[in-house]
Amino acid sequence: MRDFSHLDIIFALLWAARWTLLLSTIAFICGGIAGFILLLMRISPFRPLKYVSWGYLEIVQGTPLLIQFLLAFFGISILGIDISPWMSATLALTTFTSAYLGDIWRGAVESIPAGQWEASKALSMNYFQQLGLVILPQAVRRSIAPTVGFLAQVIKGTSLASAIGFVELARSATNITNVTFEPFFVYLVTAVVYFAICFPISVASQKLEKFLAY
Amino acid sequence: MTYRFQFQVIWDNWELLIEGVGLTLQLSALAIGLGLMVGIVGALFRTSNNQYLQGLMAVYIEAIRNTPFLVQLLFIFFGISSLGPRLGSTQAALLALTINFGAYATEIIRAGIQSIDQSQIEAGMSLGLNKRQIFRLVVLKPAIANIYPALTSQMVLLLLLSSVVSQISAKELTFMGNFLRSRTFRDFEVYFTLALIYVLLALGFKLLAQLFHHRLFTFTRHI
Repeated sequence: MRDFSHLDIIFALLWAARWTLLLSTIAFICGGIAGFILLLMRISPFRPLKYVSWGYLEIVQGTPLLIQFLLAFFGISILGIDISPWMSATLALTTFTSAYLGDIWRGAVESIPAGQWEASKALSMNYFQQLGLVILPQAVRRSIAPTVGFLAQVIKGTSLASAIGFVELARSATNITNVTFEPFFVYLVTAVVYFAICFPISVASQKLEKFLAY
Repeated sequence: MTYRFQFQVIWDNWELLIEGVGLTLQLSALAIGLGLMVGIVGALFRTSNNQYLQGLMAVYIEAIRNTPFLVQLLFIFFGISSLGPRLGSTQAALLALTINFGAYATEIIRAGIQSIDQSQIEAGMSLGLNKRQIFRLVVLKPAIANIYPALTSQMVLLLLLSSVVSQISAKELTFMGNFLRSRTFRDFEVYFTLALIYVLLALGFKLLAQLFHHRLFTFTRHI
């Protein structure tokens, strides 16, 4: 077996980061769709839907992401389904993302003054017109910055997928450490790679917040 | 395939889980206490006129906020230990949690301090308070009252984050769950129970935080 040079380690980690990026992209898109449905349920005038959405949010936000990963991987098998780390990681991270995005968007919708609903109602719009033509366009503007900021949370969250054997950046770092016995260097580079991905997103979120403010 | 739930194994091993809850709560409480101290000092540095201190705090906050906690933990436990002092898993867990919470607390407390109007400080000076009194009574206490919701939700996040330290075998709740699972193979039952315990802990903490809010900040009611 050949030795790893520091440059080899850096390239191996950068190459492993593609799984982190892929997983977070998929989870962000699926979580966004599910989060939007949760938002519609939460702000609907129909009470039971509201409570279901609220309960889901409290449970997901009250459990650690790590437990969600473990439940999605080890727990799902009781349904008789053989689930791969890929599927369960996507499932867990989608659940996590949908709850938080749903909550962020609910905050944006609720920050729109009630007068906007009343005014659009006075124009004899139906519920979906009020929502689609008046409320959501304004809410979208307010929710862009926190949504982008949350993307960094999702990317950081993917690191916990390593606990169920999904080989992404953090897991690769552990694997490489086991071969090279250089934990200080390997984990430092890993942290730098995560930072290089997340920091621009955080900055973009802050910039957007200023740019989109009224 | 039909599956028969067997929560009996959870009942039989409840002492193990209680022990785990104990360490989870201890780690969280200590990390919150120490992290708050880091946060107060950090916020002082961040709002000071010294550019080096400001820069130092900015690097600390951004480094922690933009990397996963798991990597911070592994770096401290394996990385730092490989160079010098060997840390036990519980010590490394506490250190990592404190550093992590400290960064978020710094940023939250800074926002609180900056929400205090300059005229408040001048009013404190005209009442003949000394510098320390002004910081403690006029700046810090109302600042904490302003940011109390943000601070307590960050504490809940820390409580949940503490589950990650199971990855370096600190014997808290999630570790005990993993241990139980590997011995009994009741995967779903174990993790379902863990999820339930965490939800209850988080809810309990939120209730406690609300009770404390009334106790701690009686002065806000007069405004």
